[in-house]
Amino acid sequence: MIQSKILEELVDRWLTKVATLVAIFITFRGHNAPGGGFAGGLILGAAFVLQYLAGQQPIIRRKPILHPERLLGAGLLLALSTTIAPLFVGGSPLESYIWTISLPQIGKVKIVSSMFFDFGVFFVVVAVVLIVLSFFGTRGEAVVKDSIGGAA
Amino acid sequence: MVFFAAVVAHFAVAALALIGLRRRPVIAACVGLVVLAGTALVVACQGIGTTSAPRKTIEWLPLLGFNFAFHVDGFAVVMALLVSVLGFAVLAYAIAYFEHDATFTRFVGLFMAFAGSMTGLVLAEDLFTMFIFWELTSVWSFLLIGLHDKSEVARRSAVRALLTTGAGGLCMLVGIGLLQNQFGTTSFEKLHDLAPTGTMVSVAASMLLLGAFTKSAQFPFHFWLPGAMVAPTPVSAYLHSATMVKAGIVLLARTAPIFSDTGVWRWWVVLAGVTTMLLGGWRALRETDSKLVLAHSTVSQLGLLTVLFGIGSPYATYAGVAHLVAHAIFKAGLFLGVGVIDHELGTRDVSKIGAARRSVPVSVVAIDACLLSMAGIIPLFGFATKEKALVALLDAKFGLVGSIALWGVVAGSVLSVAYSVRLLHALVRTPNRSDAHDAHHETSVLMRSTLAAPVVVAAIVSLGFGFAASTVGSWLVSPSSALDVKAVSKLALWPGINDALLISLVVIAIGAVVGWKASLENTAAQQSQGERVFDVVYDATIAGAKRITSVAQSGSLPIYVGVALLLISLAPLSATFIDGVSPLSALTSGTALEAVISVIAIVLAIGVAVLRSRFTGAMFLGGVGYAIAVLFALRGAPDLAVTQLLVETLTIVVFLLALRDMARTKARPVSRFPQVMRMCVAAVIGVAIPLFVLAVRGARNAPSVSEEYLARSVNEAGGRNVVNVILVDFRGFDTMGEITVLAIAALGVANLVRAAERHRRAGVSVKEVVRP
Repeated sequence: MIQSKILEELVDRWLTKVATLVAIFITFRGHNAPGGGFAGGLILGAAFVLQYLAGQQPIIRRKPILHPERLLGAGLLLALSTTIAPLFVGGSPLESYIWTISLPQIGKVKIVSSMFFDFGVFFVVVAVVLIVLSFFGTRGEAVVKDSIGGAA
Repeated sequence: MVFFAAVVAHFAVAALALIGLRRRPVIAACVGLVVLAGTALVVACQGIGTTSAPRKTIEWLPLLGFNFAFHVDGFAVVMALLVSVLGFAVLAYAIAYFEHDATFTRFVGLFMAFAGSMTGLVLAEDLFTMFIFWELTSVWSFLLIGLHDKSEVARRSAVRALLTTGAGGLCMLVGIGLLQNQFGTTSFEKLHDLAPTGTMVSVAASMLLLGAFTKSAQFPFHFWLPGAMVAPTPVSAYLHSATMVKAGIVLLARTAPIFSDTGVWRWWVVLAGVTTMLLGGWRALRETDSKLVLAHSTVSQLGLLTVLFGIGSPYATYAGVAHLVAHAIFKAGLFLGVGVIDHELGTRDVSKIGAARRSVPVSVVAIDACLLSMAGIIPLFGFATKEKALVALLDAKFGLVGSIALWGVVAGSVLSVAYSVRLLHALVRTPNRSDAHDAHHETSVLMRSTLAAPVVVAAIVSLGFGFAASTVGSWLVSPSSALDVKAVSKLALWPGINDALLISLVVIAIGAVVGWKASLENTAAQQSQGERVFDVVYDATIAGAKRITSVAQSGSLPIYVGVALLLISLAPLSATFIDGVSPLSALTSGTALEAVISVIAIVLAIGVAVLRSRFTGAMFLGGVGYAIAVLFALRGAPDLAVTQLLVETLTIVVFLLALRDMARTKARPVSRFPQVMRMCVAAVIGVAIPLFVLAVRGARNAPSVSEEYLARSVNEAGGRNVVNVILVDFRGFDTMGEITVLAIAALGVANLVRAAERHRRAGVSVKEVVRP
């Protein structure tokens, strides 16, 4: 893995935070410009990959509440509930509802119900990257540790 | 409508019992009792005395004509009252029966769910609605037969019952589908008005009959019902004698006025009914377990009801309704009574139950009364209804098939008198001293009287209805005329001397002698022929499925990939050949930059195949992906380009992580799938897909869907990025499916790695895990 203190610091301090912001931004803007939940999730996933390559646990792994498998379920659940929610108000599945609300300081904000669906996709993608990474990763880690231990 | 809410309330109680009140099943049962009593009240108030039946239709799939339609006509009232009143009695009985039994929680939940489904079934005004509840009752029955899930016998019986009734249910669905397709409706009333005829109708009617026969245990599907008797007494009494097995009869009752004159209907019904009646009666004479005697007698009585309802004569229908009520009352009493004896003596053996006279005298007298009703002895209700049945069949003018029905029912009646008398004999004779056990249950007086109460009530009602036969008979006019407007008749305790009475006297005389002389020892085979046939078919099906699986799922990765790729390429290739397109026209567009990138991609791709180092190969593969991303960007698809770029990056990382476990260079391929073949597969797909893509470009003959999407994107979905709008809105279902697949794949990876890790710890290499 990358053996540099500065890089480690950089990745941990800045990269993941900036990447998280970028990922959320990309997910939000997806409705009107290139981006969306899938791309956003992949960006955050890529940040975690970098963090992992820098020899750290991805930030999300340190918080048990955000365990990847839970994140996976939450994402699926969010997408599914957005899919079926219109049924309860007499619409057809996945029908879009558009609300315009005005917030202080920010002004008028348009909220489209399918945005929640997109965030479901976002969570699923992030979780999938984390799961694949952690399972291939930890498995490799054990081997690496063993070989380092052997050399020392 | 209130009655629809009553059906829903059953399910609510079921959920409450199974989730909310797991530790307090008795409270859940008490709530259930309230719901059952309330349902009986609601149905009685809404259905009795109204000229037009209240109805309620809930549209489900209006475009396909599928609706949930309910009504409360006379017949529905009788059936729903049977379901809820008997449900009330049996549930109250069960509170005492299941005292100190851990399965009571599950019983209450499943029982209420069943009662709700059964109520829905009898209130259904539409074949499709009925089918939904029909299948639900099969499922609850399966779970209730297997209530003691640790018993192998219980599980096997539950599976037999489920598969038999389930197969019948599927046949029924085919029949419903045919009718829906032909007439555009599955409502009983509308079908009746259409008076359908023709070959297709005969086929559909036969399919419906298969459903009815499996559910009501008619020959040759009669075997599952005695097997279902492994369930606790309340289950047997309620599901497998009083209500669920009547579902087939309900279907017959509703459809006979529509179909009885078409094709083979009458022959089918009469032959199956008569055979079942005789077979069940014969076996009831030979069993030694009194509960199994009752089970076979139920089979036999269901045969009689099948004949009465299915033959399609108005008087027979009236007699059928009357006998259905009589049977439900005396048979519930009998099952619960045998349960009391079982609870008291710990045995149901006919040679030993005589001892019950001393310990539970009241129950035994009540059982005797129910037995007399089953035998059709004056002055009990069973006498009046069986008389009516004989009169109706004597009057019916159906030629040969009518005579078969009549004499079959007469012979069946001899048997039913005989098995009733046999049980009576077992109850009145004094058993050997050694057979008599003392009560081994420490049961309180309250619990014992709770157990005995429904049995006594059933006996009193059997007797009371017998004396009040003409009044009860007038109550039954509305139910039977709801099925067939001409089915108006009356019951009488003493009909006067006529042919039917003479036949009855002869029947009772012969039956009594046969029954009294019949041995109380076991002379029946251990397993019935039907069960054996079922088991052979079942085992053969499972073995066949295993064989197919072992051929189709060989476990060889190259074969899986090869088959998948060949199919992927052959299907579009054939389409290309059939339509015949000029592929080269599309190649001329494109800029020089695109050409350069394409060449780079091709070179990298060749490199992947040729290079022996896996690491470099993975890098080259990533390069191909990036080149494609650039092409997307150049062609004006930024969304695709971004996604492709990100996916490619992550893929390479995962690839490299996986590569750490593998040899650095590629090994020689294993001979099972030689290299030449791999190259052929690769060549086929390499040619087929580009050809197809080029062909598709020139093959468009409908306007592009993107025009429409672009037009609707902002207005309807509130987004300007149409690619994203397609993903999350227009084709959102696809995305939902895709992320589900993605999630499953991730969990699959996690499990594979975990398994490999376990094996590694146990000293097995990854290779052996992947290819056992």
